[in-house]
Amino acid sequence: MMKSYTVIRVALLLAAGVLVSACEKPPITTEQHGFRGTAMVKVSNPRIVAEQAGIHAVPAALPAAPQEGQKASEVYQNVKVLGDVSVAEFTRIMVAMTQWVAPEQGCGYCHNLQNLADDSLYTKVVARRMIQMTQTINSDYKTHVADTGVTCYTCHRGMPVPANVWFAPEPQKHATRMVGSKGGQNTPAESVAYASLPYDPFTPYLSKANTIAVNAKTALPNVRVGSIQATEDTYALMMHMSDGLGVNCTYCHNTRAFSSWETSTPQRVTAWHGIRMSRELNNAYMDPLTQTFPVHRLGALGDVAKVNCATCHQGAYKPLYGASMLKDYMALSAAGAMAAIPAAAAPEAPASEAPVEPAAEMPAEAAKP
Amino acid sequence: MAEYQNIFTQVQVHGPAFPGVSIGREDRERMGKPTDVHLFGRLGDAQIGPIYLGWLGIASIVCFLVAFEIIGLNMLASVNWSPIEFVRQLFWLGLEPPPPEYGLKLPPLNQGGWWLMAGFFLTLSIMLWWLRMYRRAKALGMGTHVAWAFAAAIWLYLVLGFIRPLLMGSWSEAVPFGIFPHLDWTAAFSIRYGNLFYNPFHMLSIAFLYGSALLFAMHGATILAVSRFGGEREIEQIVDRGTASERAALFWRWTMGFNASMESIHRWAWWFAVLCPLTGGIGILLTGTVVDNWYLWAVKHHVAPMYPAVFGTVVDPATLQGAQQ
Repeated sequence: MMKSYTVIRVALLLAAGVLVSACEKPPITTEQHGFRGTAMVKVSNPRIVAEQAGIHAVPAALPAAPQEGQKASEVYQNVKVLGDVSVAEFTRIMVAMTQWVAPEQGCGYCHNLQNLADDSLYTKVVARRMIQMTQTINSDYKTHVADTGVTCYTCHRGMPVPANVWFAPEPQKHATRMVGSKGGQNTPAESVAYASLPYDPFTPYLSKANTIAVNAKTALPNVRVGSIQATEDTYALMMHMSDGLGVNCTYCHNTRAFSSWETSTPQRVTAWHGIRMSRELNNAYMDPLTQTFPVHRLGALGDVAKVNCATCHQGAYKPLYGASMLKDYMALSAAGAMAAIPAAAAPEAPASEAPVEPAAEMPAEAAKP
Repeated sequence: MAEYQNIFTQVQVHGPAFPGVSIGREDRERMGKPTDVHLFGRLGDAQIGPIYLGWLGIASIVCFLVAFEIIGLNMLASVNWSPIEFVRQLFWLGLEPPPPEYGLKLPPLNQGGWWLMAGFFLTLSIMLWWLRMYRRAKALGMGTHVAWAFAAAIWLYLVLGFIRPLLMGSWSEAVPFGIFPHLDWTAAFSIRYGNLFYNPFHMLSIAFLYGSALLFAMHGATILAVSRFGGEREIEQIVDRGTASERAALFWRWTMGFNASMESIHRWAWWFAVLCPLTGGIGILLTGTVVDNWYLWAVKHHVAPMYPAVFGTVVDPATLQGAQQ
């Protein structure tokens, strides 16, 4: 009898261990940021924050270079972006980019070392487009990035491909037969922080422009708004945002009324612009590069790697906790630099609503399938 | 001396098995020789059997198994018939109702058709089991309180999966089958309809739920506390009040100024338990059909207070001029 009790006790202990194994170790820190009694607090786990300190550390800026002297476009050939900065600054940015994006691979990751002006490597074509993207973010999306801005490092963090990108998910195997459809949900998926919510919250909102708001604007039924399924889609996107930014719902919302803007925090407005920004980056910058990338860089469905909130934020409420790297590399925000670029033929130029968006510049060979 | 000081029954006395009172010619439906199971005896009565199923019970079990198989096999098919993945993902797996575009129309099997079928058989099974409960109570000459309490739960079940979807004109409003899927549905349902906590019938339901737990704890504690005076013989104490009843009553009069009676406490507990799903069902039924946004409803009726705007003025950016959509 004693023996069987011991077995039961050990089994119960083990079961308890398994049950709590997915939990975060307490205590959790909460910081009030709303009116008292409304439970508007920022929740964080100091141990997880400490663990992630490495990813969010800011690399030292390179020593400043003289801004005077000959312009890069006058010295080098085939300079289509950053052409009107000084040669010294141009070189400095190239060195910085190497450290940010390809520290191990070096200049040869993008350049043909025999002829630096050559566009034969796809990485160079992509990098040029990414510089334009960075400039667009810094000049047109101050609603989201403010003057803090972004640099290549915000996403890349020393890796040629940013750690957090998304592809359209592979369709469920055999989904066309008569039984067992998951309907794009009910799977432990990292994209929605392991909820059973729809596991592709990106295609509908960060690629397509589906309506995110699902709540009725009147107390009594008037206009049919979102379905339960649409609500789960929105919920899934919010799970991604929460996970990608390392914040809880009340960072943006007063959860007694998710839809109410009057009771929301200003961060929600910033996030609103962030969603639009990610969508435009995917449609105007990433998607047209699909043919430029080699097949092994594409997703299972042949789609290009795309951005979501985690691409820049990487688990922090502000990328790099709000440190500005842009201030040391202002050429990456200069809308003026764009003006110097002759508008090239843009066969895949996407429709863009932003009026200041320069014509998409794509080298002819890159546009070939 | 054996006492009620342990959550498990400490001493089990075994006598000859009792087949139960005779129910006349239906006695032939009772099958099997009674046996004692020690572990069951630790929780309740050790005696198992004779088993009475009857045709209602058998039909109910068959319908339940059909529903269970439809749900389980759909889940298994959704992981491509892999038993390992089935176990790994079990909590996530589900069987979803039809997507909104089908409304109340018959959807293809793999897009909610199976869900409709599983729901049909599960409902049939529950209804048959209810009838069985009612008839068994009648057969024993009992009141039908248990059947009506069960009916209260069935009301909530029917509102969630049948009545409300019919009123909304779409099966997609109904609850999916599955552990996490139905929990996600619950959260999404509250979010979609502007926070169910502002639904007054939801409030009532919660009050009755917690009230039930409170009454159960108070009653259970009282009876255990006076069991040394024979208080666990509640039925006798109702008509023949002894010192256990008197002490229990006095205790509550001393501590809260009022006491229930040995009989009334059970009536109170029954109504609290039954009102929990009854009011809850009304609250669900009103959601989306009569009220579309409970938060705005609560603001309109001065239920939801306004707090100082500590964040300044925050405006929906979509309403600003020149905003993108």
